[in-house]
Amino acid sequence: MQRIGYVLLYFCLGLVAVFQIFPIIWLFLFSLKTNQEIFAGSPFALPLDPKWENYVKVFEGGIGTYFWNSIWITAVATVMTILIASMATFAISRMRWKLSGLVLGIIMIGLMIPVHSALIPLYNMFLNVNLIDNPWSIVITYVTYNLPITVMILLGFYMTIPREIEEAAIIDGSSVHRLFFQIIFPLSAPVISTTVIINMIYNWNEFVFVNTFISSDRYKTLTVGIQNFIGQYMTDWGAIGATLVISVLPIIIAFLFFSDKIVEGITASAVKG
Amino acid sequence: MDWDGIGAMEFIGLENYVTALQDGKFWQSALHSFLLALFSAMSLFGYLAVALILASKLKGTNLLRKIYLIPMLLSSVAIAQLWIKVYNPQNGMLNSILRMIGFNDLPAWLADPNIVLYAIFVPIIWQYAGFYILIYYAALKNIPDSLIEAAKIDGASPLQIALRIKVPLITNVFKITLVLSIVGSLKYFDLIYVMTGGGPNGASEVMASYMYKLAFSSYDFGYGSAIGFLLLIITLIVTFIIRKLTATKEEIEY
Repeated sequence: MQRIGYVLLYFCLGLVAVFQIFPIIWLFLFSLKTNQEIFAGSPFALPLDPKWENYVKVFEGGIGTYFWNSIWITAVATVMTILIASMATFAISRMRWKLSGLVLGIIMIGLMIPVHSALIPLYNMFLNVNLIDNPWSIVITYVTYNLPITVMILLGFYMTIPREIEEAAIIDGSSVHRLFFQIIFPLSAPVISTTVIINMIYNWNEFVFVNTFISSDRYKTLTVGIQNFIGQYMTDWGAIGATLVISVLPIIIAFLFFSDKIVEGITASAVKG
Repeated sequence: MDWDGIGAMEFIGLENYVTALQDGKFWQSALHSFLLALFSAMSLFGYLAVALILASKLKGTNLLRKIYLIPMLLSSVAIAQLWIKVYNPQNGMLNSILRMIGFNDLPAWLADPNIVLYAIFVPIIWQYAGFYILIYYAALKNIPDSLIEAAKIDGASPLQIALRIKVPLITNVFKITLVLSIVGSLKYFDLIYVMTGGGPNGASEVMASYMYKLAFSSYDFGYGSAIGFLLLIITLIVTFIIRKLTATKEEIEY
């Protein structure tokens, strides 16, 4: 009886797992097929003769630019966010000054502003300072949008660092800057890696801002780039599949290596509500 | 304001809001948003059920949990493009499988105004399932074993333990996810924008996509902003109502 129960439970869980994973496997399979194979064969069939040409075609079509844009924008925005957030958190949690509570409050308000309400004002602002169609508008937006959640996660950790460490450093003659860069910042490495991951996933996948602020092809990131790209290949399913695989592969590879960190990061960012 | 984004602004008072309230298309998109919110709220029970199974002492749950989470990490654009292919009436995965099982007369999914909203909801479930399951799982794992042991000694069946003990203990988390999912679906945009652009004929238009269309396709920034602001107000009101409705006095402590 109990055995049947277990089998049933595993069956349910397995079914959900198949539902979650199968579309991605199907995508990978059809990215290696020709149109005839996709249209005539069963969706479960393995490609008879893998068409890696699909990938070559997509790279020759210029997806490299989008890929590179995604990488550098993600990297720069993440580094800036972490740096600014760490310093801000340090100042808020470890130093005593009058307005620290107010500043923290203002940063936290950022958690509540929906993207869409800010979209038109931001567009207007970037238009006025001539940053529309400039990748820096994207970087600035990502940094500001990720700052509140990053500060929040860091704050939880900074609160647990014992004061004695700082006191010892100061007594040994360290300056405040040295204290931060050589002691506190390295100490917070584990929690920083969590925030880095959250930031990277958000920046890599973000769509609305790039779609709105950027109009020339050479600045577009992958999320928006694949949109145009797929438009070009209308009926060539293999090429579309290859484009999509290229855009999701970095995230999936990262997940294979850092899955525990990612799970931790997502749980941490979820409880903000 | 009557403003196309470049020329001079002209102040026209609350006129845009009046237009919005009389705009049938706006109400239609609001209705769709609320429908999506309702579906999302209902699907939470499904996620909770999966999390309950997952958190019972089975082997391999760690791996399964991670598999569930994968779609959550992909960009909405990639998900949308993938599901456009899944739903493709001629060669998509869904209709191919249905044809293999023996169905003929198959719907056109995204091109059918009666089905499109439901069709869009499936990838939304697909995308967020792992996320909510993960949250519930973490909450369930926080329940101290001693409580479960005590219930077992008192002779409670696994089902009773799940429904009478575990679920009530994580109601706080459930409330948070309720707000998260409802407010999230009211603001839902990327996936719908890429998959259907609000079509066919406005059948899948939601508030956010309507706002985007007004502001950045017809360059009616003033009216678009008004809709954007209404969206903000609506989400705040809805959050407030849910908080009120689900408010309880007692705090849960282990």
